[in-house]
Amino acid sequence: MPKRTDLNKIVIIGSGPIVIGQAAEFDYAGSQACLSLKEEGYDTVLINSNPATIMTDDEIADKVYLEPLTIDSVTAILKKEKPDAILPTLGGQTGLNLAVELAKKGILADLGIELLGTNLHTINQAEDREAFKDLMNDLSQPIPPSKTVYDLQTGLDFAHEIGYPVIIRPAYTLGGTGGGFAHNDDEMKTVLNRGLTMSPETECLVEKSIAGYKEIEFEVMRDHKGSSIIVAGMENFDPVGVHTGDSIVFTPTQTLNDKEYQRLRDASLTIVNALKIEGGCNVQLAQDPYSEHYYVIEVNPRVSRSSALASKATGYPIAKIAAKIAVGLNLDEIINPITQTTYAMFEPALDYVVAKIPRFAFDKFYHADRKLGTQMKATGEVMAIGSNIEESLLKAVQSLELDSQMQASLLPDDAKDKSLAELLETIKTPTDIRLFEIFAAIGKGATIKQLHESTKIDMFFLAKLMNIIDMQKELTTTMLTAETVLKAQKLGFDDDMIKAVTDVTDSALAKLHAMADQHLVYKMVDTCAAEFESFTPYFYSTVGTENESQPLGNSVIVLGAGPIRIGQGVEFDYTTVHSVKALQSAGYNAIIINNNPETVSTDFSISDKLYFEPLTIDSVMNIVNLEKPIGVIVQFGGQTAINLTQQLTDRGVKILGTNMAGIEQTENRHEFEDLLIDQGIAHPAGDTATDIPGAHEIATKLGYPVLVRPSFVLGGKGMAIVHDQDELNDYLVPALKHSHGEPILIDKYIKGTECEVDILSDGNQVFIPGIMEHLEGAGVHSGDSIAMYPPQTLTDVQKAEIVQIATKIGESVHCIGMMNIQFIVADQVYVIEVNPRASRTVPFMSKITHMHLAQLATQLIIGKSFDEIDLQPGMYPEPDSVYVKAPVFSFAKLPGAPTALSPEMKSTGEDLGHGKTLSEALHKALFDSYDFDSDKTGPILVTPYDAKNIDLMTALDAGGYPHQVYQLDQEWPDNLAFVLATEDESDLAKQLTTRALSHEVTLFTAADTVAALVKQTSAKQAG
Amino acid sequence: MKKYLTLENGDQFVGTAVGDLTKEIKGELVFTTSMVGYQETLTDPSYTNQIITFTYPLIGNYGISLHANQSPTVAASAVVMQELASTVFHYQSVMTLDEFLKKSNVPGIAGVDTRQLTKIIRKHGTMKASLTNQPLDTSSFNKTQSVDMIVKSATFSHPEDEKPDHVVLVDFGVKANIVEFLKNFGANVTVVTPEATFESIEALNPDGILLSNGPGDPEEFTDFLPVIRQLQEHYPLFGICLGHQLLALANGARTYKMVFGHRGINHPVKNLLTDEVIITSQNHGYAVDIDSVSETPLEVTAVEINDHTCEGLRYPGKPVFSVQYHPEAAPGPHEATRLFSKFMGLMNTNGGVQHA
Repeated sequence: MPKRTDLNKIVIIGSGPIVIGQAAEFDYAGSQACLSLKEEGYDTVLINSNPATIMTDDEIADKVYLEPLTIDSVTAILKKEKPDAILPTLGGQTGLNLAVELAKKGILADLGIELLGTNLHTINQAEDREAFKDLMNDLSQPIPPSKTVYDLQTGLDFAHEIGYPVIIRPAYTLGGTGGGFAHNDDEMKTVLNRGLTMSPETECLVEKSIAGYKEIEFEVMRDHKGSSIIVAGMENFDPVGVHTGDSIVFTPTQTLNDKEYQRLRDASLTIVNALKIEGGCNVQLAQDPYSEHYYVIEVNPRVSRSSALASKATGYPIAKIAAKIAVGLNLDEIINPITQTTYAMFEPALDYVVAKIPRFAFDKFYHADRKLGTQMKATGEVMAIGSNIEESLLKAVQSLELDSQMQASLLPDDAKDKSLAELLETIKTPTDIRLFEIFAAIGKGATIKQLHESTKIDMFFLAKLMNIIDMQKELTTTMLTAETVLKAQKLGFDDDMIKAVTDVTDSALAKLHAMADQHLVYKMVDTCAAEFESFTPYFYSTVGTENESQPLGNSVIVLGAGPIRIGQGVEFDYTTVHSVKALQSAGYNAIIINNNPETVSTDFSISDKLYFEPLTIDSVMNIVNLEKPIGVIVQFGGQTAINLTQQLTDRGVKILGTNMAGIEQTENRHEFEDLLIDQGIAHPAGDTATDIPGAHEIATKLGYPVLVRPSFVLGGKGMAIVHDQDELNDYLVPALKHSHGEPILIDKYIKGTECEVDILSDGNQVFIPGIMEHLEGAGVHSGDSIAMYPPQTLTDVQKAEIVQIATKIGESVHCIGMMNIQFIVADQVYVIEVNPRASRTVPFMSKITHMHLAQLATQLIIGKSFDEIDLQPGMYPEPDSVYVKAPVFSFAKLPGAPTALSPEMKSTGEDLGHGKTLSEALHKALFDSYDFDSDKTGPILVTPYDAKNIDLMTALDAGGYPHQVYQLDQEWPDNLAFVLATEDESDLAKQLTTRALSHEVTLFTAADTVAALVKQTSAKQAG
Repeated sequence: MKKYLTLENGDQFVGTAVGDLTKEIKGELVFTTSMVGYQETLTDPSYTNQIITFTYPLIGNYGISLHANQSPTVAASAVVMQELASTVFHYQSVMTLDEFLKKSNVPGIAGVDTRQLTKIIRKHGTMKASLTNQPLDTSSFNKTQSVDMIVKSATFSHPEDEKPDHVVLVDFGVKANIVEFLKNFGANVTVVTPEATFESIEALNPDGILLSNGPGDPEEFTDFLPVIRQLQEHYPLFGICLGHQLLALANGARTYKMVFGHRGINHPVKNLLTDEVIITSQNHGYAVDIDSVSETPLEVTAVEINDHTCEGLRYPGKPVFSVQYHPEAAPGPHEATRLFSKFMGLMNTNGGVQHA
C-alpha cells in the first residue's frame, strides 16, 4: 500500500527522562521517526519532557511540546493539536503505556485519533501475561510454565507439576529481592517462604527455570501487508538469567546451526504475524543448548533498546522504517537508505561480528548490589565491530572507560589475590565485572569445562576468552615479532593492551606494525556484506588488506562521549550532534568517533563520516593519521573527550577550541587557584593531599565541614562533605586506593546558594545564555539539583557579579567555544568549579533560549567572531516565565545504592517544566522527575533524623503534609504524599527508602527540595 | 602452511591452507552472504566446481552435524574464508569443518580479506580462480581453460512403502532436503538422471515430476528439453532453480549468466499474483531472461524485488510451475516450504485429470 493520504497530523510520544532501562535509544528512535514522517510530508507533533534530547529540537518535529508525559498534560495537547493519529511505539514503555491509557480511557476515540503502528489489542496480547500465555498456546509456541501463588502449598504443588528447577520471583520487591532458584522441596520451602514474606502482597511467581539456556533475540519488521523480515539475530554471551540489557551480546548469532536458527526465526515470525505487528518488534527466545527444545521468553511490540543496537549493528534503520510502515508503506516500497538501490524488504547480511557490553554505574555505587539478574541495572552500553569474537569483544572493552589498568591488562584488581577455586566460585554470580573475573580465572589455569560449569556460558565463547589470554601469554613469553603483533592485533589487542603485558616501546611497536603483511584498515557497514555497492559513511577498524575509508579532506573530527553513565548522559550526544551540524553548515566535513549504539550521534546519516570505534588514544590517532583533519573538537564529548586532549596535543594533533593550556588552567588544582587569585576571584580555601596525615592537617587548618574529592572526576564521583576527623578517615581509605596516586582535593565547605552558567567565548568576548540557580544548597551535586532559570533569589548585584566573574574567567583562560562555571553565592560570590567543555545544562538552556548553543560554540571554535555570528557579549535577557530542570533517579533499579543527595551525582536523567511562575514550572517538572503531583497533599513519612529538622516539619505539617516518623517494620500507610529520607546510612532509613520505592511512593532525599516545595505549595494556597 | 588464491584478473590473495592442505584446484569463484548453514551450502550439489567465498567471517562455529548434508559429501571444490573455527562445542557436532573438508579432500584458504575479494567479484563478476600451494605467475593463468561444469549426478531411487503420491525427481544435482520435503509431504520419490526419456519416466507411473536444482549452465542440458515439453503435457510439474531455468528453456525462453549471481538466504521475492513478498534462500549464477518469457506460453509469477530477476514461472492452464529460489531452504528461511504442499495439492486435484 502506498502511504496513507487520509492522515495529516501525527503525534509522537517520547520516552521522557532517561532512566535505567529507557535511555538514549528512544531519542534515536524518536528523532528518526519524526524525520521519517516529515520526509513523507506529514505534520509531526512531538511530546517529551526531556530537554536533553535531539528529538525535542525545533527542526525535528513541526511542533515540540516539552511537557509532562501524564494523561492530563498529553490530553490537553491532543485537544489543542487535533491530530489524526498518534504513534506510540517509538517512545519506549512510557510512550506505549501512555497511549494504552489514552485509548482505554476513551480519549483517543473521543478525539477521533487513530493509534498507529500497533493496535491496542496487540499491545495487550504482548504485554498482558495471561493474554500472552493464551496466544502462545494457540500458536503452539512453548513458554516456560509459571503460576502466581500466595501460599507455600500451591507453590509446591505447581513445582511438582512442572518439575524442578524453578525460579521464585516475589511480586513488588525491588529488583526481585527475596527471590531465587529451588532445585528440590527443601529449597522450595526456604525460598518461597522468604519470598512470600518479603512481598508486600504476599505474592510470588513460580516459574520453570530455564537458566543456562542460550538467550537469543530477533528484531523483526512487519508491514501492513504481512511481509516480515528479521533485521538481526542476536546471541547473548550471558545465558538466560541475566537481563538482556545487562548481558554482553553478539550479533549475528554465533552458536546456532541453520536448523536451530531457522526454527527460532520461524517462531518469531509466527508470533509477529499472529500479533499483526506493523513496525518493529523484539522477540526474545531461549534455546536449550543440549536439545532442539526452545522457549519464547518475551515479546516487545515496539521499538526497543535492542532495536537501536540492531540498527547500529546492521546499518538497517529500524525506527525510520517502522515510522514509514506506520503510515501505510510496505517494506517492498521503501528504499533501503544504505544501498539506495535496493529495498527495505531484505534481511541484512553482516560480514563482521558485533559485540555489545553494558556499562554500569557501580564504579560510583560500589556499595550497591552488583549482582545481575532479571532486573536491568546498566545505565548505558558500548558496541564494537570487528572481524571475530575476540576483536569485537576487546574493542568493546576498550570503549568501556572503566579502570584503565583493568581494561589494558584484563585483570581486575580484586581478582589478583584470589585463588582459582575462589575465582571459579566468584564467577558463578553474574556481575558487572564477571567478564574480567573469567579472564583472571583463565590466567590462573581454569579449563573451559570448569568455566562452563561455573557460568553456564557457552563453551564457544569461553574458548574465545581463552584465546585472548593465550595471546596475552604469548606476548609475554615470546620475542615480539611482526607476526605475533599482527596476531594480537587480529584478536583486538590495541597498543595499550600489548604494552600492558610487554615492555615494548611505542616506536618498536610502530615498526613491528609496519612490517606486517596486513594492517589496520577501515571497512564499511553496508547491510549487505558488499553484495551491492553502498554509500554509507559508516566505518569500523579491523585487520585486512584493503582500506575502504577514503580521507574526506577539509574535515574536522568531533569526539563523542562514549557510553551513557551517571554524570555523562545523553546531553553530550546532543552537543556532539549539534557541533556536527554547525561544522557542516560552515562547509566542513564533520567526522564523528563514538561507540555508543543508543545515540543519535552514531546514526550514520548525522555526520559526513562515522567511525564506530573506541575513544582511546590509539583508536583516535589511527583515524587522525588517516583522515588528516584540520583539527579535533573535544568540547562536546564530555570528560571522555577532554581526557584525551593532553595525549592528542602531545602527538601534535590540533585541538580546535580552548587549548590544552586553557583546559589545564581549569582542571589542574594549582593552576586553577593561581588563576582565581590572579583575577581576584573568591573561591573556597583548599589544598591537595596524597596521604592521610596530610589530609588531616589540611582539614584541621580549613575547619570542618570540608568538601573532599579526587582530582579529574566526572559527576562528582567520589565527592563527599565530611564533618569531622572520623568521617574524613572513612572517606580517605577507599578514596586513596582508587586515586592511583592522583591527589585528593580538600576544600572548605561553604553553605550558600549554588548557581551555574555556561559561557560562549571566542577568546576575547564572553556570552552568557543565563544563570541557573539551584534549588538545593551547595552540597548537592549540580546534576542532582533542581535548577531554576531565571534565578529566583539572586539580587541584580549578585547576578552582575556572576557575569563579571564568568567573563573574566573566559577571557583569562582564552576560552574558545564553551565552558561551564559553578558558583556559590554566600557572603560573596565564590567560584567552585570550571568545566572546560559543554555541560549537562547546554540542551536545557538551548531549548529555553531557542539558540543552538553547541552550534554557536562550534562556530566560535572554527574561528568565527562574535560579530560574524551575531552574538552580543554579556548576558542574554531573562524571560518573564520560569523554567525548571529536575533530576530523575533510577533508585528502584539499583537496590543498595545510596539515595540521599550529596556531592556525588546519582540521577540518570532530567526533565523540564515551564510555567508563568516558579510554582507552576515546579509542578510540571515534578511529574516526570519525582513522579509527584504537587497539587495533591497528604501524610508523609520521614526518618527520625529528618524529624529533628523542626522548622521543616512545622512547615510541612502546616502546608498539608502532616509528618509521621517512620518506625522500623511498621505497617505501611496508604495515601502517602511522599517519603522524606535525607540520610541513607541507618537500617531504618534503608528500609524506609526500599519500601517507598517498592510501593512506588515519591521519595525525596534532600531537605531543600521539600522545603522549597512546601514553600511553593503554601504560596499557591495563600495566592 | 600458506595457500594462494589467484583470480582470472590477476589479483592474488595469500592465506593459510585449511582442509586438504596440498590439493590445488581451479574453479569458478563465487560468494555467498548467508551467515548460517555453511554445511548445507558446502554440500549443495549446485556448488559443484565452484570455489565458495563466505562473506561472513567466522565459519565452522558449530561444527558438522549428521543430517545437515545436502549431498553425501562436499560439493564445492574449495572454500575461501576469513576464520575457520578450530574447536567446536555444539552438542550435535560430530567433527570440525576442517576435519570434514580434509575427509572430503577439499582444500580451503583462511585469513583472506573476504570483503575485498567479494567486492572484486561484485565488480568484475564471477570469474575463474586457482587455489595453489605456491604463488601463481599471473601471466601464466590460462584464461581460456574451461572447467568442466556439467556433473553427472549420482542417481538414486527411493522405492518406498505405500504412500499415496509418487514423484519422479529428475536429478541435475539435487539437494537432499528437496527429497526430504517430498517425503515429509507424503510422496514416494524416484530419482532419475537427466538421461531419462519420457517413456522411461512414464513407465514409473508418476503423479508428479520435480525438476531439481543443479550446477552449471542450463543451456548445456538441451537434450532434456524435449522430455520436459512432453512431461508438462502429462504431469503436474515443479521446477526448482536449474529446474526452473530448464522449464523456461523448454518453452522457448532464454537464460543468461548473471554478473555475480544470487547466493545467500536473504533475497526478497515478490509473488506477482498475490503481491506477497517473502525472504528466500538462493544459489544461482544463471537466470531466466524475464523479457523472453512473454514470447512463451509461460507466465512470470515472481520477481526478485531488487534486480527484477525472474524468480517464478507457471504454465497457465496446466499444473506446471517453477521457482528460481530454494523452497527446501537448507540453509535459509522456511517461508516458501508451502510450495511443496502446493505441488502435492496439484497432484491430487489436477494430476489425475492431466494424464487421464
